[in-house]
Amino acid sequence: MIEAKHIIKSFGERTILDDINAVFEAGKTNLIIGRSGSGKTVLLKNLVGLYRPDSGEILYNGRDITKMRIGEVKVLRQEVGMLFQGSALFDSMTVFENVFFPLQMFSGMSRKEMVKRTEFCLERVQLKDAGHRYPSEISGGMMKRAAIARAISLNPKYLFCDEPNSGLDPQTSIVIDELIHDITVEYDMTTVINTHDMNSVMNIGDKIIFISQGKKGWEGNKNELMKSENQELNDFIFASDLFKKVKKAENLNLLK
Amino acid sequence: MVLANFFEDVGKYVLMMRKVMTFPQRWKMFFRQYMDEVQKLGLDSIWIVIIISFFIGAVIVVQIALNMNNAFLPRYTVGFVSREIVVLEFSSSIMSLILAGKVGSNIASEIGTMRVTEQIDALELMGVNSANYLVLPKLVGLMTFIPVLVVLSMVLGIFGGYFVCHFTHIVAVADFEYGIQSFFKPFYVWYSISKSICFGGIIASVSAFFGYYAEGGSLEVGKASTNAVVMSSILILISDLVLTNLMMQ
Repeated sequence: MIEAKHIIKSFGERTILDDINAVFEAGKTNLIIGRSGSGKTVLLKNLVGLYRPDSGEILYNGRDITKMRIGEVKVLRQEVGMLFQGSALFDSMTVFENVFFPLQMFSGMSRKEMVKRTEFCLERVQLKDAGHRYPSEISGGMMKRAAIARAISLNPKYLFCDEPNSGLDPQTSIVIDELIHDITVEYDMTTVINTHDMNSVMNIGDKIIFISQGKKGWEGNKNELMKSENQELNDFIFASDLFKKVKKAENLNLLK
Repeated sequence: MVLANFFEDVGKYVLMMRKVMTFPQRWKMFFRQYMDEVQKLGLDSIWIVIIISFFIGAVIVVQIALNMNNAFLPRYTVGFVSREIVVLEFSSSIMSLILAGKVGSNIASEIGTMRVTEQIDALELMGVNSANYLVLPKLVGLMTFIPVLVVLSMVLGIFGGYFVCHFTHIVAVADFEYGIQSFFKPFYVWYSISKSICFGGIIASVSAFFGYYAEGGSLEVGKASTNAVVMSSILILISDLVLTNLMMQ
């Protein structure tokens, strides 16, 4: 479980996060949603420790990352996996080497065990045959899957995903969403996903936090989302015609 | 404002170098990366060193021979002066300036691209000391291989001069050979190598600095690459002056 308490973060005069409080539960896919520029990525980067908040606490099972020393943060980070928006695979390494890399740095396993673990992770994301290929030689969806394989290679307790579906077609997005959700449940991880893809929200949103202009605007699950009275949230969700129709159908009790 | 930015950059450079100058987290990986960097930054630069050194060595001899047409100056002076120019300045300083262009831009753009595509964030997030992991092998690789390039440049610069004497007879080959052996001080070679090691350190660390703190997209990576070459060149020239004063007096 990760708890964010009274997080404030500014860049210069501009306050990006204004007193954010949130709890991200273990074994669930916790989604942070909001418009572009609302502060989602900044919140995510504060949660993983890439940014330090101006004030507030970020507790990983009670351990406050904002008060940790560099060495302690490094140890904690071995429990963290992250899927970046652009995948962030190392382009000088093959897909296999990308997944192998964290194991080589931190696992303490024998080479044989590391190879076995890498093969397992690649198989888990259905990329076993692409291990010898470089990131530039695979598709966007495969890159995301490879990044997921790398993120889970050290059996993390916490998984962070920044816009996992950006640039992907709807079908591939569903595959990625389901993969993240399955892995979360399988390994009982605390997964935090940053997205503005409403399909993902409805598909895997166990817990949803809506951020608007740096403040927490709403919190709930995907079932509560459709019934919300929050105007800002509704403007965001029902921006697309499809969701307007879903809402209308729901109001008319057509969706059963 | 300019001064504030300058001090801010110096501070960031010092902080980055503090992270770089730590023991590698995995020695085995470090040695493998080191060998890769020697290949990429050093061995791949050999051709440019060979071509430039040979032709500049030849041109130096032609220029000196044409401009030292004085009856009171012995002809072997051409060989002597050419050797001094090649050994003392060309092979270390000018060659380092050329390498700053080739190697410096390579380092800055590689690390800069890793920064803007979040690969450095990914390393940090795994708990890897990204500055140490990315910069130290380049720094050590260039500093250890640059003396090889400098010695190669010296040999080929002098050989270029010999070549032009042999085929154009602008100076008799015997005079040239006598000149390049006259008043030779082995210290000059060590002086030149020492300077080049320092310049190698400047090229690798300054270029890495500009790449490491690149922000934005491809445009900024391009700017970082240009700034890396410009700043490395300026620092090479300044440190050349300082080192020459310190070591030659």
